[in-house]
Amino acid sequence: MRDDRRHFLKTAGALVVSFSTGATAWARSAPGAITPSKTVNKEALDAWLAIGRDNSITVYSGKVDLGTGTRTALAQIAAEELDVAFDRVEMVMGDTGTTPDQWLTGANLTIAQGGSELRRAAASARAALIERAAQRLGAAPADLMVDDGVVRVKGDPSRHASYGELIERGFEIKVDSKAALKKAADYRIVGRNIPRVDIPGKVTGEWTYVHDFRLPGMLHARVIRSPIFGARVSSVDDRGARAVAGFVQTVRKGDFLAVVAKTEWAAIKASRAIGVQWGEGTRLPDKGTVFQTWRARPVAKTEATQKAGDAPAALAQAVRRVKASYEFSVQTHASLGPSCAVAQFKEGQLTVWSASQATHSMQTELAGITGLPPASIRLVYLEGAGCYGRNGHEDATADAAVIAQAIGKPVRVQWMREDETARAPKSPPRAMDFEAGLDAQGNVIAWNADFWIALNHIVAFKPLDFPLLAATEMGQPKPGNWVGFLFQNAGMGYTVPNIRVETHHVAETFFRSAHLRSPGRIENSFANEGFMDELAHAAGADPAEFRLRNLKDARAEAVIRAAMKLAGWQTRVGINPAAGSGSVVRGRGISYTRYNNAITYVAAVAEVEVNRDSGAVRVTRLCIGHDCGQMINPDGVANQVQGGALQTVSRTLMEEVQWTPERVTSVDWVTYPIARFTDLPKVDIELIDRPGEPAWGVGEPTAVVIPGAIANAIFDATGARLRSVPFTPEKVKAALAAAPARA
Amino acid sequence: MARITLRVNGATQSVDADPDTPLLYVLRDDLGLHGPKFGCGLGQCGACTVHLEGEAVRSCSVPVSAVAGKKVTTLEGLGSTAKPHPLQQAFIDEQAVQCGYCINGMIMTSAALLRKNGKPSEEQIRAALAGNLCRCGTHQRITAAVRRAALAA
Repeated sequence: MRDDRRHFLKTAGALVVSFSTGATAWARSAPGAITPSKTVNKEALDAWLAIGRDNSITVYSGKVDLGTGTRTALAQIAAEELDVAFDRVEMVMGDTGTTPDQWLTGANLTIAQGGSELRRAAASARAALIERAAQRLGAAPADLMVDDGVVRVKGDPSRHASYGELIERGFEIKVDSKAALKKAADYRIVGRNIPRVDIPGKVTGEWTYVHDFRLPGMLHARVIRSPIFGARVSSVDDRGARAVAGFVQTVRKGDFLAVVAKTEWAAIKASRAIGVQWGEGTRLPDKGTVFQTWRARPVAKTEATQKAGDAPAALAQAVRRVKASYEFSVQTHASLGPSCAVAQFKEGQLTVWSASQATHSMQTELAGITGLPPASIRLVYLEGAGCYGRNGHEDATADAAVIAQAIGKPVRVQWMREDETARAPKSPPRAMDFEAGLDAQGNVIAWNADFWIALNHIVAFKPLDFPLLAATEMGQPKPGNWVGFLFQNAGMGYTVPNIRVETHHVAETFFRSAHLRSPGRIENSFANEGFMDELAHAAGADPAEFRLRNLKDARAEAVIRAAMKLAGWQTRVGINPAAGSGSVVRGRGISYTRYNNAITYVAAVAEVEVNRDSGAVRVTRLCIGHDCGQMINPDGVANQVQGGALQTVSRTLMEEVQWTPERVTSVDWVTYPIARFTDLPKVDIELIDRPGEPAWGVGEPTAVVIPGAIANAIFDATGARLRSVPFTPEKVKAALAAAPARA
Repeated sequence: MARITLRVNGATQSVDADPDTPLLYVLRDDLGLHGPKFGCGLGQCGACTVHLEGEAVRSCSVPVSAVAGKKVTTLEGLGSTAKPHPLQQAFIDEQAVQCGYCINGMIMTSAALLRKNGKPSEEQIRAALAGNLCRCGTHQRITAAVRRAALAA
């Protein structure tokens, strides 16, 4: 780790951001202030960048690195536009005291939105520094060049001034939305596989995750939550907890209950020793009929998500009609590390070190819970375990804030495994119905689809107001679903003349619901691509050729052909004639999606083995074609593509939250299993680079195409259609029994 | 409370702890060794893996009293950013990290494997790591890093 960042992490504890060398005066904190006296106004250039006299560059990013490598990729973007060496750039991420609010980190937007905002700021900075150098050196801007942060006069390089000399008190200008951007042909840092800056620290134990952050005099807390779903506290008897050596105190605010101790182990023992009587819970629906219940729930609104021509009329004229329904079960983020936060409340000021993907939003959410003004609350981002959406990080952040305020001492809260698996937010269930019509030539002439999706309360680029557990327990109910933009990719991406796609927004979910990696797109694409495969079969077409026939987009075709080529795709109609004759049969399937029907293109071919006796499915290989436009760091893209693919194999084959009417029974890795090394396939990837094209996100798109590709491969192997994720052995056996006998 | 003496990463350390405290908390909170991570406290995920007398064990499930006087090695004991262990270097070379929370367990389990089997096959590496969970989907890079370290040895 470089000295500057280490210095920041150390000094962050004292609420001071300063630079070890050449700090600009305004970046220093006033004594006792909750935040350093630095602007975080997005329009001000000084919100984004600080330059030290030694030419060190500090970038302030409201977007955070959730373990995806964006700390490195964003630094590449900044270094490129500024014309400085990559190693000069240090990133400060997600600190509400020093970074601009760029909205939450998610929705595949860190590079596309966050990176382009930062790029614009860096280009503005370079232009401003050139302007100052022109004055100082007595030369026209056009006669100047920049070499690693030193501005020189072309043809007379002895006349020069460094950024550090030119910066003086800061920029004190606005970001120029029209600042000229560097051309892709001139890139020297963007597009290169620069090794991630966090990895050396992470493989040696030197990296500071939020779990590792410590304050002097810090205590440890554990929160006690009902195992019975929705139950409130009837009575508490903490005599057992008091008997634990190291116990400090119990904190109770309404139904919010926590124990505080001098050590983690004492806090855990106290949390197990405390006596709590829980009241009646709110009953969960029968799990076996959850999708019927879901479809029958009150719908808040119905939207025409996609419309073309007259689908009902075209259906009536179809030579062949195909109908099917699809489902996607409730899943959870299941982060490997239970969520954690550290908080300090001192002299009316609250500081929380948090792994939240939405620290700026948490500032106002915590204000609501603590009664403090937002200006007295600072969140400092430190990485947690990967979250893949809103896991328990935000809840743990609120827990730590409430406890710190109650006890007036620094406190660290870490959730236990059961808290993360059972009580962190869940993805909502999903049901999808299709009917399509083909003409005599096998062309799709009508596509009619209905999606039952959870109503969403997220407004893009507005603060969130999530039903955090602590808020609810303290008697501050909030509207329910922060599930992301679930309508995305309900609309299909093929050139069908008559389309009617409606989304029915179910008003309330069963669980506290939040976005989980590729919210909406993964479920919608699974269903659209599974159904598209059914139409290919009905049309007597090869599934890949059928897709290509119904696309008019060269970049879409390119990712499909790339995946086909990697897989050695064999064109055929119907079930694999070489699937095998024993218990284990083999097949391959394809799936394609353009993320949001607007950005990253991705196609996957899955190869599977299906055990017809046990119903077990094994994915043996995945071949991915991927086009996200301009790649910032191709190896970082590959890492995300592989990760999205492998995580989704797990979700597709085995993941489903378990519950009884009384409680969530998925509480650990035995009751919510995920795929192991021995379960996972090889992933082969072709990344199509598009230098100069807009840079789109890569964290989510690959996940979207995996369930469909696996379902379609199972069909190729067996003739059985899997229309409900996850594809458990029971469902596979049922589908095999329902499938037409194989020739 | 009891005074317990440990041999951690080659140094003798004394801590005051409840004898039933899992070793993980003593390492992380008393000795400031943050390589081992709390993942489940149930011995199911492997994030807390350390070496006890050279064997990979789950430090969340071993009481500190049971390791008194025994040799404990953590991720920090293998190497540092200034001087990484060949496995740590291989994980850097393969960029075999996403969030990195599981990586302690991956490296410690692999180090124990390579001591017994210097040239493991892909299947042997996957089998050895089958008890270690990764949620980000970094598996392919992790096995590549272990193979790279084995070849370099």
